[in-house]
Amino acid sequence: MYATNYHRASSVQDAVKLQAGADEGKYLSGGMTLIATMKQRLASPSDLVDLRHIPDLKGISVNGKSVRIGAAVTHFDVASSAELKAVCPAICDLAHHIGDPHVRHMGTIGGSVANNDPAADYPAALLALDAIVVTNARGIKAAEFFTGLFETALEEGEMIVAITFDAPQRAAYAKFRNPASRYAMTGVFVARRDNGDVRVAVTGAGADGVFRHSGMEAALAANWSPDALAGIAVNPSDLMADIHASSEYRANLVKVMAKRAVAAS
Amino acid sequence: MGVEGIGASVARKEDKRFLTGKGRYTDDMSVPGMKYAFFVRSPYAHAKIKSIDMSAAKDMPGVIGILEGKQLQADAIGNIICGWMIHSKDGSPMNMGVWRPLAHETVRYVGDAVAIVVADSLGEARDAAEAVVVDYDVLPAVTEAVKALEAGQPQLHPEAPNNLIFDWQIGDGAATDKAIAEAAHVTEITLRNNRLAPNPMEPRATLGIYDSAEDHYTCYTTSQNPHVARLVMSAFYNVAPENKLRVIAPDVGGGFGSKIYIYPEEIVCLWASKKTGVPVKWTCDRTEAFLTDAHGRDHVSTVKMAFDKDNRIIGLKVDTIANLGAYMSLFSSAVPTYLYATLLSGQYAIPAIHANVRTVYTNTVPVDAYRGAGRPEATYLLERTMETAARELGVSPAELRRQNFVRTFPYQTPVIMNYDAGDYEASLEAAMASADWNGFAARKAEAARRGKKRGIGMSCYIEACGIAPSAAVGSLGAGVGLWESAEVRVNAVGTIEVMTGSHSHGQGHETTFAQLVADRLGVPIDSVNIVHGDTDKVQMGMGTYGSRSGAVGMSAVVKALDKVEAKAKKIAAHLMEADESDIVIENGELKVAGTDKTLPWFQVALAAYTAHNLPAGMEPGLKEGAFYDPSNFTFPAGCYICEVEVDPETGVTDIIQFVAADDFGNIINPMIVEGQVHGGIAQGIGQALLENVHYDPQNGQLITASYMDYAMPRADDLPSFKLSHQNTPCPSNPLGIKGCGEAGAIGSPPALMNAITDAIGNNSLTMPATPQKVWAALNAAN
Repeated sequence: MYATNYHRASSVQDAVKLQAGADEGKYLSGGMTLIATMKQRLASPSDLVDLRHIPDLKGISVNGKSVRIGAAVTHFDVASSAELKAVCPAICDLAHHIGDPHVRHMGTIGGSVANNDPAADYPAALLALDAIVVTNARGIKAAEFFTGLFETALEEGEMIVAITFDAPQRAAYAKFRNPASRYAMTGVFVARRDNGDVRVAVTGAGADGVFRHSGMEAALAANWSPDALAGIAVNPSDLMADIHASSEYRANLVKVMAKRAVAAS
Repeated sequence: MGVEGIGASVARKEDKRFLTGKGRYTDDMSVPGMKYAFFVRSPYAHAKIKSIDMSAAKDMPGVIGILEGKQLQADAIGNIICGWMIHSKDGSPMNMGVWRPLAHETVRYVGDAVAIVVADSLGEARDAAEAVVVDYDVLPAVTEAVKALEAGQPQLHPEAPNNLIFDWQIGDGAATDKAIAEAAHVTEITLRNNRLAPNPMEPRATLGIYDSAEDHYTCYTTSQNPHVARLVMSAFYNVAPENKLRVIAPDVGGGFGSKIYIYPEEIVCLWASKKTGVPVKWTCDRTEAFLTDAHGRDHVSTVKMAFDKDNRIIGLKVDTIANLGAYMSLFSSAVPTYLYATLLSGQYAIPAIHANVRTVYTNTVPVDAYRGAGRPEATYLLERTMETAARELGVSPAELRRQNFVRTFPYQTPVIMNYDAGDYEASLEAAMASADWNGFAARKAEAARRGKKRGIGMSCYIEACGIAPSAAVGSLGAGVGLWESAEVRVNAVGTIEVMTGSHSHGQGHETTFAQLVADRLGVPIDSVNIVHGDTDKVQMGMGTYGSRSGAVGMSAVVKALDKVEAKAKKIAAHLMEADESDIVIENGELKVAGTDKTLPWFQVALAAYTAHNLPAGMEPGLKEGAFYDPSNFTFPAGCYICEVEVDPETGVTDIIQFVAADDFGNIINPMIVEGQVHGGIAQGIGQALLENVHYDPQNGQLITASYMDYAMPRADDLPSFKLSHQNTPCPSNPLGIKGCGEAGAIGSPPALMNAITDAIGNNSLTMPATPQKVWAALNAAN
């Protein structure tokens, strides 16, 4: 790791100011990707602004169906929140299966969302839940937030404060892990709202990152059952290919994971 | 002393320090003035070095010295060699290319070391290494052995035209061809044995210390065989004379073969310590380990197995191409020859065998012995072929094996090995009973009702370990003898130190060797200390690999104990005025048989050192040494059965049960043996299901250079193993021990692959059977 300056921000304003004042400042949350990348000398920010101790970024609140998760909330805290489990158990289950216990106690929802790793789990949930990414400047709909591989709609210096969404009527997440990294090689989050709207969001598979599958959404809107997906085709040409999975295999997994998610919802 | 002696599952003495973080590994070593090294390595798989510019790097903060290969050569430090001479079938010696510890003309794999930077801190060394400017002329690279032999491919070494290192054969080609021509059935198959990265928990490290006042060198290193390291570094690499070089391998966190060899870093850090005047420590990180630790396996073989009309094997013909990487590592030539093709008879009586082996240079890290070393490749080849033959012949795989078992011993195979003892049917029967083989059809039907495809497969392995009679290996080209040494030093108060040339890096020698002494002398194991891993403390030894520490290392301890006991009995007889032949040693006492006269062990020891009253002419002291040279390999064997369920939607293989029935001869500590089998099977399952080293075939970059892409087996990938032992004592060593360290890794991959191919009905599956590959094979089969 190259030498860097560490700052602990006390408030959102403080963090933004510290970042703006640095040569090449980076926000640090759980550090699950950033620190590893710095250790490999692939990233060399001049300054790190630690967001984990900002009160506004902490805590989960549930108000009826309305959910707010602070950006610095760890995966463990999401997974073990009784309040959240009562209205949206699917997101607790998703958080419970991120990485390993060490990662779940360090990694945060804001960090994961800001990084937008194409194999991360949360982007699928946010997209399927029609969540809002709340920043220090504005609210951004998930559909507009995730713009490509490791790319988001965040402006330079803009930081995530919270994630908000309305709890769905039914939802579930099914993931197929990469045998080596155990990141999602394909993960599918399905959600149905009270008004009958259905969303199917896929992570780990898309060549441009997280995406929705309209064919499956239409089929499930008509009939919320795994069988409804039997005739749906997933086009491999839009999917990633690497040494672990061809795009054809990923296309198969998208469908299988979607079926399993619906069955589990 | 049944609770601590031979056969007792004594808890490992060494585990307290390992489990409480008190182990002392090479990277824990710190000496005054110590500085840190970082190696400048080639980012290219194949390139000419046009120039190395250190001018900017030299002036960077904390830099003490930057050294390159030209200086190494000027100081007459030798090139790295392979220690086992193999001759091609035309009689010519193997074509060994030059491996410089620091390359200054050509780099041949990604990670090839080019320069060493020594600095006050690791961070500064690394910063300066990034500022060393190496101007490369990049050349085309080749990573696959089969391709490297083809015309028009990049050439690695001028000494090896067409990248061919040797073209070797064993067995009777004409007799084998005749058997195939006359066969009622010939099973043919092409098999790939996937390339593996060894991944010991502790990465390699070394600390080189040059003492200018004494003109003496000390090398701390992560070695399985410190004496061999000292011998090779003095005799061949000219680092230091043997008497001025101390090599210490302290606690070592796993080796699996990868820490047998002497790598560039040990040589360069010792030399750099003298050049810079400071002790130099280097510890590699995980990606550096993936790039530079010797890999294992990487064979492609075609097989023809010939059967007569009664399904008896009458001939076996094998053609193998083995990838040895960019340079010949220390024992690389022996692995695909004498550790591989000599095992091609398996557990079967095969009258005619012929194997041809071509070894090849490629732009990949060197390949050498990795847990099993040649025997897993032979077993995989034979056992997948047997299973395939059973399917083609429409007979039970158990019956086909049973029909062809070797049943009388000793049995001379057509490929050198002379099997001394075994009962292959006993292991087969035990494994089948444990696995409820006969109930499989019902389980398969039940799984099918749940939409799952269930399969079962077996593997009957034999391996040769102990390694081995020195004269025999010498005649086959080995550059060293393969005996072992021991010294038993009884202290004046009766406590005991055993100096052994074996080296423990996870095997539990501190416990098992002490159990042997406790069993012989009836003293508590806490009064016995095992000393190993330091050339200043231990007499010459050959180290630990090839499952040899029990069969060879402990046999040396037995010989030394024989001498100690004989002298102790003489002293006791003298003191108790009895006949020496009437003295027995029991429960820590020397007794006159048939009387109530006894002397405690410590009193005899004290008498030996006070020397006030010894038999006339006897030297004082009680300390004896011995060298043991085995008269044969030992031949562990067994039967493994694996049952799997494949999810046809995803291709995921779930291991339902894994049964191992092994014959390890006599067992010192059953718990440690079971641990060895568990670990071996875990590695075998890793090979069959998960692990694969992947180089980009276009540019030779290592794609699987971290755990993000290299899939290691984890606890939740593994079932609980069902183990049993059917032991036939080894007749060739005094304890009747066979080796147990590698068997699990040798026997398990084919059992698992036979089970999966049975489940999916497609035999073309290659290791590792990843979900993607199984899914694709399933869809191709349907």
